[in-house]
Amino acid sequence: MTAPTITSIRAGRIGDSPQRPDGRQKVTGEFAYSSDLWLDGMLWGATLRSPHPRARITGLDITGAVAMPGVFAVLTHEDVPGRETYGLERPDQPVLAIDQIRYQGEPVALVAADHPETARRAAGRIRVSYREEPPLADARAALAPGAPSVHPGGNLVRHVRVRRGDPDARAAVVVTGEYEVGMQDQAFLGPESGLAVPAADGGVDLFVATQWLHVDRDQVAASLGLDPDLVRITLGGVGGAFGAREDLSMQIHACLLALHTGKPVKMSYSREESFFGHVHRHPASMRYEHGCSAGGRLVYVKADIVLDGGAYMSSSPAVAANAATLGIGPYEVPNVVMDSYAVYTNNPPCGAMRGFGAVQACFGYESQMDKMAAALSMDPVEFRVRNAMREGSVMPTGQVVDSAAPVAELLRLVRDRPPPPARDTGDLRSLPGGVSNTTHGEAVVRGVGYGVSIKNVGFSEGFDDYSTARVRLELTGGEPSAQVHTAAAEVGQGLVTVLEQIVRSELGVERVAVLPADTTIGSAGSSSASRQTYVTGGAVRAACAEVRSQLLARAGDPAAGSPGNRPPGLAGAAGLGDLVALLGKPAEATVTWRHRPTAPLDPGTGQGQAHVQYAFAAHRAVVDVDTELGLVKVVEIATAQDVGKAMNPQAVEGQIHGGIAQGLGLAVMEEIQVAGGVVRNPSFTDYLIPTILDMPPVRLDMLELADPHAPYGLRGVGEPPAISSTPAIVAAIRDATGIPLTRIPVRPEHLTATQPDEGPDPPSAMIMGRNAPHRVPFDPRS
Amino acid sequence: MTAPEAGDQVHTATVTLTVNGESRALEVDTRTSLLDLLREHLGLTGSKKGCDHGQCGACTVLIGGRRANACLALAVAHDGAEVTTVEGLADGDALHPLQDAFIRYDAFQCGYCTPGQLCSAAGMLTEGGPSAVTADLTGDPALTPGEIRERMSGNLCRCGAYVNIVRAVTAVSTAGTEP
Ligand code: FES
Ligand code: FES
Repeated sequence: MTAPTITSIRAGRIGDSPQRPDGRQKVTGEFAYSSDLWLDGMLWGATLRSPHPRARITGLDITGAVAMPGVFAVLTHEDVPGRETYGLERPDQPVLAIDQIRYQGEPVALVAADHPETARRAAGRIRVSYREEPPLADARAALAPGAPSVHPGGNLVRHVRVRRGDPDARAAVVVTGEYEVGMQDQAFLGPESGLAVPAADGGVDLFVATQWLHVDRDQVAASLGLDPDLVRITLGGVGGAFGAREDLSMQIHACLLALHTGKPVKMSYSREESFFGHVHRHPASMRYEHGCSAGGRLVYVKADIVLDGGAYMSSSPAVAANAATLGIGPYEVPNVVMDSYAVYTNNPPCGAMRGFGAVQACFGYESQMDKMAAALSMDPVEFRVRNAMREGSVMPTGQVVDSAAPVAELLRLVRDRPPPPARDTGDLRSLPGGVSNTTHGEAVVRGVGYGVSIKNVGFSEGFDDYSTARVRLELTGGEPSAQVHTAAAEVGQGLVTVLEQIVRSELGVERVAVLPADTTIGSAGSSSASRQTYVTGGAVRAACAEVRSQLLARAGDPAAGSPGNRPPGLAGAAGLGDLVALLGKPAEATVTWRHRPTAPLDPGTGQGQAHVQYAFAAHRAVVDVDTELGLVKVVEIATAQDVGKAMNPQAVEGQIHGGIAQGLGLAVMEEIQVAGGVVRNPSFTDYLIPTILDMPPVRLDMLELADPHAPYGLRGVGEPPAISSTPAIVAAIRDATGIPLTRIPVRPEHLTATQPDEGPDPPSAMIMGRNAPHRVPFDPRS
Repeated sequence: MTAPEAGDQVHTATVTLTVNGESRALEVDTRTSLLDLLREHLGLTGSKKGCDHGQCGACTVLIGGRRANACLALAVAHDGAEVTTVEGLADGDALHPLQDAFIRYDAFQCGYCTPGQLCSAAGMLTEGGPSAVTADLTGDPALTPGEIRERMSGNLCRCGAYVNIVRAVTAVSTAGTEP
């Protein structure tokens, strides 16, 4: 059954594409996602959430719910035994609402019952009296003097300033633009879920789909008032993440209910609840001014970026820093004045999503690059190439890019790809929207657009970013076999595959098992920021090196014990027979591994060695647009990305496809529509994500320019594909239509010839005539 | 004061189904979806709940050989039916050719959509007939990548494994391993 090409790489070392070790379970239905967990006698938890975005709670009556047969517990914030708030960077978010509501969907009360429907109905019998207040729904207005405060201390979460060169620099050609990005949802397919089991020692065991076990544990323990050791978290199967599982959802709630009832409690969100259960991508409002010499060299960029963080902080400060430090793109610019603001409002909380601040900025700076190229009558690729950053270039933060930065090469690669064939005008199936339209494509036009992006890999600004790995080598049935244990979350990216590949390569053994991720070992950090193969891969490699040293010492090798000693795989070095002899007792090493340190940004100037590594990707999009129907078909994406070292080429390709799909979604369809703080489309009927019909063919060039600072020379790959695919598609639509699109996602009404209003005034369009937010002119630089 | 809710009235019925070749009879609340019956009453959690509203396809199963969203099927409406879930695709230890192809072509990442993709593809391979993109309406069309995309468009994959899903399904359909 298995094809020969696969047999040869089944074992899989670094650079191979072995099958996923969890693949068989995933295709047979045996893989246990967090929503599949089950214990006899378990209860089901349900959450009562506020329908209002901003309100005071004036009364709360749980008696109707408590009286229902089958109900075991009804909890409010008064039942939280420890810290009543939580949060990734600052605990500003109540576990359960305390007297006031700051966003629609804020959890107010919890129910545990013997059936999920009983729990849901009981939640409906909790009587909450609200005194509604007008929500603060516009991020720029939130910064205006006199705006009502969402939290004590004002609405500014963080202001990141980056200053480089002359703030008053002048240039021959100047273009300005205002751009807006709507709120994107990660929309992982497996909603939030988990199972909390009370333990005899007074602690709790939690099985949950998450991205970062230890940061969950610490927040859960604080709110339960327990020692962190009494909160044991094991990773349940993860149905996609994309940033949305970096914050807590049902973790504390399920544990509270379990400890309160003494019974296992399962919580599993519906799709609708999931839209309220996690943070989203920050909507952004951006103003850019680019100055350029007549010869096409960028002289300065001035920009301000306002990110709507919604009601709670989540990771907004780090998102703001990314937008600021990466906000001029992969270009050399001697003079930069950049201000990025994260802001509290009464909108849904926003935090991590694939691309993390770089996505919003990329739409702004790449739109500007096209606008400037047009002003100069230059080819957009040539203009970018002329200003492209390279190894040795200096970031606006003063940081020197000290490994490969092949921006120009990536751009040339996508430009030089042969174009896709022209549309077969006789074939209605090739039309945007397919065959069932009311036109025959008389007004279909084609366009081509480009985008290139920069993304930081790993955690930045002096964060102590590390991972812990234990590798154990022993004889099993007379054969050497290795076990790897980390707390790193496999979220679909294929981490377990690549960890096995690393162990096979380092130790030369065939049999490798990756143990379930849990908190009995030290933190691995988050499966985010494209960092896990880098950091946990680095930790596993270091643990293998230590195991190898132990064995070489047993063999009496004089080279043994010297740190950093990296002879080839053990089986090769010692011979398999010798290895068996050496493994009379198992060899085991636990290593905590760190990438090179970063430094905080200077608060006044934004100068600092803030980032660990940079990653780059370029995209060329070809689109067909039906200008009568406002429909877009992405015909093809050509992309080029430097991955440093393709640890698993098939998995890299999968990341690139997936990132492009999500970037396409943001370009032309995906938006959580929020009106006056109220979400209008919390379902897959109304929040559209790309289907298999929307996914274009992908032409891919992968460069492997090793980063000498990174394990194996690798470069994080997960995020760049999701960043510049979006502006490339929008640029292609502009090229096709001539419409100066300034807002994403682009909607049909932005594209039809009869639509006169293309200005940056989307919020009122989004409101559909109701409660248009007051728009206060605001210049953050004044 | 709370008025009695319609939800408080429980009516049950006996449903008999053949699930993955095994006959199962059980008493369920008449409002139970086929998906909940499979997952919660039979412990067959392979079929996934991505939306419970017929929007994502993660719950796709075969009912009488035809694919259906189990979340939209009331269990009592399918009394006597033959149901195949992802757990029933393999023949013992031998994977279904689609399962094998999904692994080889890496047609998934998180895998949450995969049970639905597999059941949908399995149903598609045998269902024949023209689709909205079929050019020649006489006879069963060849399963070109365009046909496959059209016919698989009810199954969302947020990881965006679509390119490899088309490759995997194409490999199986052109290998002629299905009747
Ligand atoms: S769960 Fe049935 S279609 Fe989504
Ligand atoms: S593999 Fe994750 S949703 Fe398809």
